[in-house]
Amino acid sequence: MTATTADSTGAPLPTGEAAAALGAGTSVWRRIFSQRPAVIGLSILAFLFTVALLADVITVYDAERSVIGIDPREFARPRAAPCIHLLGCPAEQPQHFMGLDGGVYDEFSRVVFGARVSLLIGFVTVGGAILIGMFIGAIAGYAGGWVDNVLMRFMDMLLAFPALLLAIVIVTILGPGLVEAMIAIAVVAIPIYARVMRSSVLAVRGQDYVVAARALGDGPVSILLRRVIPNSLTPMIVQGTLGIGTAVLEVAALSFLGLGAQPPIPEWGQMIGREYNNLQNAPHLILFPGLALTLTVLGFNLLGDGLRDAFDPRLAR
Amino acid sequence: MIQFIVRRLLASIPVLLGVAVIVFVLARVIPGDPCTATLGERANAQRCEQFNERYGLNEPIPAQLEIYLRDLASLDLGTSIKFGQPVTELLLQRMPTTVELTFYALVFAIIVGMTLGIVSASRRNSKVDVGSMMIANLGVSIPVFVLGLVLGFVFSVMLKDTPLALPGVAAGRLSAGFRFESIPEAWGLVDLDGPLRVILDFLSNMYTINGLLTLQFDLFIDAIRHLILPALALGTIPMAIIARMTRSSLLEVMGQDYVRTARAKGLRQRIVLFRHGLRNAMLPVVTVVGLSIGGLLSGAVLTETIFGLTGVGLTVFESIRARDYVVIQGMAVMVAIVYVVVNLITDLSYGFLDPRVRQT
Repeated sequence: MTATTADSTGAPLPTGEAAAALGAGTSVWRRIFSQRPAVIGLSILAFLFTVALLADVITVYDAERSVIGIDPREFARPRAAPCIHLLGCPAEQPQHFMGLDGGVYDEFSRVVFGARVSLLIGFVTVGGAILIGMFIGAIAGYAGGWVDNVLMRFMDMLLAFPALLLAIVIVTILGPGLVEAMIAIAVVAIPIYARVMRSSVLAVRGQDYVVAARALGDGPVSILLRRVIPNSLTPMIVQGTLGIGTAVLEVAALSFLGLGAQPPIPEWGQMIGREYNNLQNAPHLILFPGLALTLTVLGFNLLGDGLRDAFDPRLAR
Repeated sequence: MIQFIVRRLLASIPVLLGVAVIVFVLARVIPGDPCTATLGERANAQRCEQFNERYGLNEPIPAQLEIYLRDLASLDLGTSIKFGQPVTELLLQRMPTTVELTFYALVFAIIVGMTLGIVSASRRNSKVDVGSMMIANLGVSIPVFVLGLVLGFVFSVMLKDTPLALPGVAAGRLSAGFRFESIPEAWGLVDLDGPLRVILDFLSNMYTINGLLTLQFDLFIDAIRHLILPALALGTIPMAIIARMTRSSLLEVMGQDYVRTARAKGLRQRIVLFRHGLRNAMLPVVTVVGLSIGGLLSGAVLTETIFGLTGVGLTVFESIRARDYVVIQGMAVMVAIVYVVVNLITDLSYGFLDPRVRQT
């Protein structure tokens, strides 16, 4: 957390407010760790991050190159079933934990590198949505009056569409692609964060310490950065954690429909979308990326729920 | 109450108008012109000129918007470029599939979700509770298309040739070659015309309803068999959300003083749970049911694609690929209208469930 420590430049030791913040911080962590779902969620995410970071170490084959020319010809067949030596696969056959896909790529490498892609998708999409949502919400909350009305009614209209349908319309405007799909999903998510931010601004606007800051001559930007945003951080983190799961899911759905990530990018939704017609003879190409996708979303959802319970004492059991 | 309804209806008009304008603008900025997308290789300058003339694409954008809004007011959604038929007609043809699918998905979601929630809340922290909530957590996390494919694999590939086998992926709405009578045919009303005929045709296209109304039980059974997996796949996320909401809402209500009073005067646990607890816990549950309609409509695109059901979702997807902006516009406006109406009904049901809401 944000502990202030004394260093060689003679920065002040944590006293008063900072020390209190430190105390509050540790108790929040304790509360998070006392939530079983949050702990399970954190473990899942820790596992996924490890896999994503060590992707190069874990995998043998290239995720974006086919094994034709690398494996003996008789084994490099499209949609070959998994071959694991420990489970009785003949030793002369090259080992592929999750088999090969339709393009004769090693499915295991693609699923592992997919963790990198999906985590990146989740954080970048939600990060972008939060930044823009904060901006819009802050303007609406501060300005009030007709500016507030126009902005928030526009946000309401975006919410009047089912999320994925609106995203589909946006991707057709931008053209298919991973970045385009991420922009679409971010746009769809903006209203939620704008609302959270706006209510945070409204909550602190009349508070004594904000009035005091203004009396001391702080400008709106400084008040926003130093008073409002720190206060809105908790709901943003909770909302954002849950939002990452949703974003990963929705980008995967767009990719599944062929509107998002394009081959050879190892994105789970796209991998499933390209192979689901072969469900009958190659179920492993659906099962493994599907499992990975579910696990990722589950991780963020469990952590998000846990955070919400930890930060909101009213819900404490 | 009537005043409440009228006020809510009036308040939704600007939202609908805004939605219509947003859709119009979005559809116009789609890159690539509709002419080349529709005519493909046959497109040339002269043909495109005629094409644009015919669909009013030569008019300036504000004029197009004006025409569009005027048509919209008279329920004319234009003529589809790809399908070559009026969008309203196309909608009436494709809607029944989607309505049927979402209906069964929602029924599954409400029944199973509320049961899980009630059981969990009444045996809090028991194994049943933990198990139900694990199912719920998994349910909100598994993507619709993954669940649909897994169900398809289990029930139509692994369990093939067993009594549990069900039609799976890309199976469509009925078995191949299945013949049946529409409602007007079965009732001898083929000469009927006008709005009643439209309604009957709409109902005919919901095969399960058709089967029941015209006593074609083989049609009903075949249609239901084709609907089970898609409805399960589509309904699982709302089921999980409803289960969690029922549980937490019920737990909160059961901690209230009036519940303690009811217990203290010696009422049975069952009566306390259902009469004092559940009735008052319903408000947030109804809210999430209403909200989940949007998710169901989104999910219908994926579910219909996987299972080969020709409903609105599949049509939206096909139209976007063909850049048929007329259909996209029409469907988006229609979906938004459905959404607004559902929200209205949700609000009204608050008044029904909680007398206090009616006052304000």
